[in-house]
Parts: sequence; structure tokens; C-alpha cells
Amino acid sequence: MVIKGKAHKFGNSINTDDIIAAKYLVSTDVQELGRHCLETVRPNFAASIKAGDIIVAGKNFGCGSSREHAPLAIKGCGIKAVIAESFAAIFFRNAVNLGLPFLELKNTDKIKNFDKLEIDLSTGIIKNITRNQTYQTQPFPEFLQKIIKAKGLINYVRKDT
Amino acid sequence: MPYTIAEKILLAHTNKKALKQGDFIETRLDLCLGNDITAPLAIKEFKKTGRKHVFNPQKIVLVPDHFLPAKDLRSANQAKILADFAAEQRIKNYFEVGRMGIEHALLPEKGLVHPGDLVIGADSHTCTYGALGCYSTGVGSTDLARAFIDGKCWFKVPGVIKFIYKGRLRKWVSGKDLILFTIGKIGVDGALYKVMEFSGPVIKRLSMDERFTMANMAIEAGARLGIIEPDEITWDYVRRSQKSPAKAKKNLKSDEDAYYEKVYEWDVSDLEPLVACPHLPSNIKPASKLKNIKLDQVVIGSCTNGRISDLRIAAKILKGKNIHSTTRLIVIPATQKIYLEALKEGLIEIFVKAGGVFSTPTCGPCLGGHSGVLAEGEVCLSTTNRNFIGRMGHPKSFVYLCSPAVAAASAIKGKITHP
Repeated sequence: MVIKGKAHKFGNSINTDDIIAAKYLVSTDVQELGRHCLETVRPNFAASIKAGDIIVAGKNFGCGSSREHAPLAIKGCGIKAVIAESFAAIFFRNAVNLGLPFLELKNTDKIKNFDKLEIDLSTGIIKNITRNQTYQTQPFPEFLQKIIKAKGLINYVRKDT
Repeated sequence: MPYTIAEKILLAHTNKKALKQGDFIETRLDLCLGNDITAPLAIKEFKKTGRKHVFNPQKIVLVPDHFLPAKDLRSANQAKILADFAAEQRIKNYFEVGRMGIEHALLPEKGLVHPGDLVIGADSHTCTYGALGCYSTGVGSTDLARAFIDGKCWFKVPGVIKFIYKGRLRKWVSGKDLILFTIGKIGVDGALYKVMEFSGPVIKRLSMDERFTMANMAIEAGARLGIIEPDEITWDYVRRSQKSPAKAKKNLKSDEDAYYEKVYEWDVSDLEPLVACPHLPSNIKPASKLKNIKLDQVVIGSCTNGRISDLRIAAKILKGKNIHSTTRLIVIPATQKIYLEALKEGLIEIFVKAGGVFSTPTCGPCLGGHSGVLAEGEVCLSTTNRNFIGRMGHPKSFVYLCSPAVAAASAIKGKITHP
């Protein structure tokens, strides 16, 4: 699967309160959550997203709360993948379980805001069209690939049992 | 093969004979937990599968603690999803308002978590029960939905970092200061995807309440959990909270030759009461060095510091004193049992006479939910666990984190101060 879109750059330790503030946790509606995605740190972020765009961040992305509303909000606003130097553990498993594509890249400084990117999820290769660069990320371990291929944990478990 | 306590507990809940760091494992759970924010999503996912029954209603706990008593119509609707699901699935460990407490204080108090257990909760502070010597960790709603189906959870076996604390803590220095100090040293991703094992003579002398505070904030360093080997203090606590007397389990300790990725050893005899400044829990300064930080609000409570010993120390400082004229104090006992103890001990009278508010148990202001949300530009000193941008309300408000002693002393002065 290939994802094409513009990069939206963020720094280190973007936390789940940044991604979706607690006042919006009275809903489980993906579209509604999506409208408020990252607005605490970047007002009008959701309105600026075209379907296919990509979040590119530093270390420890998604730290803080376990709220799955955070990856849902990211999905809901049209973001198709997240690239970061590292992911917080609960965000990591939520992204796997929900089938939100995410990639670990050692140095995301090479990618600038609004660079055009193309991600091939099957190979883990990121092409930076704007800068004519290519970055290789580590493919997921087999166990996680099975869950991602099943389009999330619930489907994976249902096939299993 | 030698193992740490965390690895032993994981291994005991698999069908495997051995495990190593980085392995993906499927485990059998002893308990799974959801609250009024995370459980509605899990229940929605569970219902989509068309299944009629959860795997085992005895192993599910539902606690509506975040936005309850219902702050508005939408949070009332979310809470009702829990109540209805609990009735339909015969989940007896559903705690209605009036019996409810903040989940991570409530579960140990009710004797629902035991040393050696494997527990997941769709709440990041589920890492709190590591203080009892169990493997308990925060997961998402989909993990909880899956646990509803088959009582299992997948894990990637984490590495373990050992923390050894030596020396003697000074007066006014608590478990909260120890964990703030630790996060300040290693950073908010200093234990990313690791287990933090707390040990050493200082930990051996810490009360159970302070151990819960430490384990609670392991997530703030990125850890899966903070764990402490059970000792006499643990088993005393367990015996008092269990309905049927629990037998002390043997072998719930790390092998002497177990492998640690890193070992930190600190003498904490000179430690001062600490404060985490906006907007990260790792932004640590001694309370005595913070001059003229004027406070609009002080909060004492939460899954981190809403236990009876927290309220006792705050009351000791506040007795006969008045809260500063331009500062609000909100005190929130973590559970109904703690509320009643505070009532019997006369603590509530002290808080109210000092000019503070005494609330029903709730997570409330900690996550900017209700009962103490901050306005633009306001500054709050809080015994809670996170001070991210906008955490307690307006994106341009400021949260400082500290122990109950620093919070109480600062409420009197109206600015951050050493107790």
C-alpha cells in the first residue's frame, strides 16, 4: 500500500492531550474527534489536512494517556500515516490495534514541513519527493504485521478463535 | 534462566517455558479494567463482533471515575453505557457513584489486584498496581475489547531498568518527590517501553501509599510499569484489603543474576521537595528555588496523591491556617473509604475551615474534566501527574506538580513554597 501526502512537522513528546483534549472525550465519533485533532498545539490543524497527509514528529510521539481517541482523531482528520523517531508504548499498540500506519525513522529532521512524501508500507521505504531523498525504515516484526494485515486486533482475534 | 520479577509474572501467564526481551507473547489476564472514557469505545468494539457474552465477568472491572458525577449530558450518556453493559454481562465489579473511587486507588483498596497478577487497564495509570508487585499496565480500548472476548492480551516483552535509592529521606520529602526526581533525571522517554524496578533501602521504608504514588508516575517516564518486590509492608496491605486472607506468594522477586538494561543508583539523603514546572513532568526544580509563582488554584487528590496519608499530611499543615485570599484549594479524596476516614479523623473540617473545597471522589480537574478547570492565564499547583499544555483547561494555563505537603503549604502562601 502506498500513501502520498504532505508532511506536517511536530517536535518531541507530542502527547495525547495535545492530540485530543479531554473535553472532547465525551464522544467516540471518529469524524467529530478528527475535527479537533491537535488543535491545542496547532489551532485549525484538522481544517488544513488533505486526505493522505502525514504527521512527522520527533521522539516519544503519543505519550501520556491511553485514550484511543488520539489515534482515532488522527485517522478522523484524514491523516494516513505517522512517522516519528519513537512512539510511546500505549500509542504504539493502539496504532497497531487500529491499523493506523506508523513508521519509526531515526532522524526526522531531514523532512521539513509540507515536504511531499510517498510511503510504501510493504517495504518501509519513504520517498521525499520535494528533496529527492529516500529513507529506509525497519519493517514491522511478523507478529505485528499479522495484526496490521488483518486490519486491526479485533479482526485478527476473530480469525483466530 | 534468571529473570526479574516482571519477567517472571509475564512468563507465568503464557504457555511458554522461557522468554526474552523483544519477544511477542500472548498472555492470560487476571483482570482487565475500563473507565467512563475508555470503556464505551471497548464496548462498542465488543458489540460489533456480535458476541453475546464476555469471557468472564468476574475478571472485568468498570469504574466511572473520570467525568462522574456526570458533568454534562454527554458524559452521563457515556457512563450509562458502562452501567448497562455491567448489568447485561453481570459484571459485579461495576462501581456506581457513591461506591465509586478513582480506579487506581479503588482496585487495590477493594482487594481486586494481588501481587503476582497480570492486569491491564484502558487507562495509562494502570501502572500504579506495580507497587503491589504485580504486572499491571495501561492499554487502549481495543485491547480491552479483545480482553472482553478471550481474556488475553499481547505484549512485547520489555527491557527492565533498576533504580536503587539509598540514604534517608529528609522531612517533607516523599514518594512523590522521589518519582519527580527520577523523571527529572531520565526524562519523559527515559524508560520508554521499559519496566522500572524500584528498589533499595529507601523503597523498603516507604509506605504503601507512597509506593503507589511512585509506580503511578512510571508512565510519565514512558515506562510500561513501575514495579516493587512485595515485602512485609505489601503483604500487610494485601491482608487488610482482601476479603479472604491471601497467602504470601514465594519467588515474587528478581533473581540476583537477572539482567537489567541499566541500573541507576542514587543517594537521596539530600533530596528536597520538588516541583515539576510547565509543561513536562521532567521539568523539575526544588520548591525552595521557585520564587513568586502565584497560584490561582491548588489541587490535592488524584490517582497519584488522593490517598488518606496524602490528606493527613495536607491537613496537618493546614490546621488552623487560612488559604491565601486569591487562591482556591480543591481537595479530592480518591475513594469513598478515604472520604469516610477523612470525615472521621476531622480532616474535612480542617480543609473547610481553612477555606478549601472538599469534593466527592473523581478524576475531575486532573485532566481538565470538571470541578476545577483552569481559565486562560491561570496557574495551578497540583498533586496530580501531568502538566502538559492545556491539561487542566485553557491551552494558555499553567500546571505545576508537587507532593501534598508542598501543595498545602503553598495554598496558605498563595505561591509555591517549601513546606
